[in-house]
Amino acid sequence: MLEVRDIRTFYGAIQALKGVSIWVTEGEIVALIGANGAGKSTLLMTICGVVPPRSGEILFMGNPIQNLSPDRIFSLGIVQVPEGRRIFPLLTVQENLDMGAYLRNDKGAVRSDMEYVFSIFPRLAERRRQLGGTLSGGEQQMLALSRGLMARPRMLLLDEPSLGLAPVLVATIFDTIRHINRDNSTTLLLVEQKAAMALHIAGRGYVLENGTIKLQDIADQLLCNKEVKSAYLGGS
Amino acid sequence: MPYGRRAPITQKGGKILRSFGVALWFMFLTFPIMVIKISPLEKNIEWRWGRMIYVGAGAFVLSLLWRYVIEQKRGPIPKEEADPLKVDTKDTGWNRGGSHSLQERLAIFFHKNKKFRILTFTGLFFIIAAFPFVFSTYQTSIIITALMYVMLGLGLNIVVGLAGLLDLGYVAFYASGAYFYALMNHHFGLGFWAALPMAGALAAIMGLLLGFPVLRLRGDYLAIVTLGFGEIIRLVLENWNEFSLGPSGIARIDRPGTLGIDFDLRDHTVYLYYIVVVLVAFTIIVVSRLRNSRIGRAWIALREDEVACQAMGIDKTKTKLTAFALGATWAGFVGCILAAKTTFINPASFTFMESAIILSIVVLGGMGSIFGIILGALVLILLPEYLRAFSEYRMLVFGASMVIIMVFRPQGIIGGTRKRHEFHVKEPTGEKP
Repeated sequence: MLEVRDIRTFYGAIQALKGVSIWVTEGEIVALIGANGAGKSTLLMTICGVVPPRSGEILFMGNPIQNLSPDRIFSLGIVQVPEGRRIFPLLTVQENLDMGAYLRNDKGAVRSDMEYVFSIFPRLAERRRQLGGTLSGGEQQMLALSRGLMARPRMLLLDEPSLGLAPVLVATIFDTIRHINRDNSTTLLLVEQKAAMALHIAGRGYVLENGTIKLQDIADQLLCNKEVKSAYLGGS
Repeated sequence: MPYGRRAPITQKGGKILRSFGVALWFMFLTFPIMVIKISPLEKNIEWRWGRMIYVGAGAFVLSLLWRYVIEQKRGPIPKEEADPLKVDTKDTGWNRGGSHSLQERLAIFFHKNKKFRILTFTGLFFIIAAFPFVFSTYQTSIIITALMYVMLGLGLNIVVGLAGLLDLGYVAFYASGAYFYALMNHHFGLGFWAALPMAGALAAIMGLLLGFPVLRLRGDYLAIVTLGFGEIIRLVLENWNEFSLGPSGIARIDRPGTLGIDFDLRDHTVYLYYIVVVLVAFTIIVVSRLRNSRIGRAWIALREDEVACQAMGIDKTKTKLTAFALGATWAGFVGCILAAKTTFINPASFTFMESAIILSIVVLGGMGSIFGIILGALVLILLPEYLRAFSEYRMLVFGASMVIIMVFRPQGIIGGTRKRHEFHVKEPTGEKP
């Protein structure tokens, strides 16, 4: 579904990605793990077109997308849930969700999607009229995720969905992510620092280090891998 | 003060002590101008100590009053201290479910009471329609100016209030509209009605021209560049004599065409009044439609978070440029009207002060609120006009009232209308049985 071929991305003179290649097939969950500054978020930004790559190719459904603008890539069905939630604090929960469906014209379907979102996160339904900024961290993450879903993505890119959340909430969020994948067979590319959690729900995983892919394998194998264990899963 | 609050001054003694300090400080500050008087003719110095006491007493009373009012505004502290979020939300209108402010209650009453609403609107309609026949030409002329600023405020509101792009060079578009009509009329005899839409279009193009280079800028940086842009346009008009006739300006511009009927000055004023009223109504309709439209929502979202906007598939470039172009269009219209109203324009009418006043209208009235901006424009334009009785003190009173409004209504005279409005309209959307 998505194929990233040897991309190099720069921030000014600093090279963040030094030739990264990954692929994601339809319906699977792929985890991207790595330390701070390894280039995980940059990779997502590059796929979305926010930071275009200087060289390399990105194919989505067989078509090159590396030169398209972010909104074009979005309209192809690649939707990012950005790091740190980034919901609109002065819009209500419902307006936030409406923004997710910004490019859609099928009102009926948007409405049923909103009901679906409210069914997985009843908390959001309760707070529909509340301003986004007044939600708690966990609720904001739910909102960010729901807002992404409202776009009816073919592929959802999640950047650190567990950032700054209490452990209980992290489990809930990951459960929901698995649900979303199963219910709609939405393809998921998941960037996560909490490597163990991510690899548990993912089918495959990539380990990113200093802008290159260091390891790639099916998730269970990575969980057992010695290097991964010591570097990202907290020893033993 | 939506976030951090200062520690409340609870003891009376603290308040008096602080006010006393303020009084001393003011006495010291005003000492050179209020107390010492040197008369070079008699070559002596007069010491007017009595004045110092007046200054001290005045500063003390005002300071005490100020502190008292601020404390009243904060409300009782101890009870709500336990729930800091609640206090904050009250101030900024963040709180939805709970208690409504007076403004919200009025708005809800207004929404629910259909009879009352119709009555208000018809009443307003007749007042507006009858105005030029009841009041003098002078009064009508002042109101025309105020209504022009209503349009300017609503136009700038698209850029500043909705899209959140701080534009300090709005006057440039105003000037281009005015000069477009003036020059076209001067050289080619183009009429007002033909020039009006063209002036708007020209201003929109100017908006795009300004928009392109500043796409990546926000906040302070954007403000500086737009400020520069406004000044550039004014300096060009002032110095390029061959093009704009320089500082001496363009005179004898035609008033709006009247199908060959002879009008005297009063008729012209009344005629222009109705033109402006219709245009203001048109502006209000367009802006309120825009606000709830797709592009309006994109502007609001862009104001809140650019990265999130991109993640939602909003074309940042297009959205920003439309805001600049649409905002500028209204300045172009009003510029054209200005040229036709005064029949004389020169670059001195388009200084930075104009931009500042229009921005003040938007901020003072309440960003994003149409009703607020109308009120803001009326206050800001009519107040200095009617304060002429106070002659030299009028700017002082004017400045003081601006400070007071901003301290007590930081969200503007009428703030947060957008939220309340959408909350009412949209409430049933997600609520399906």
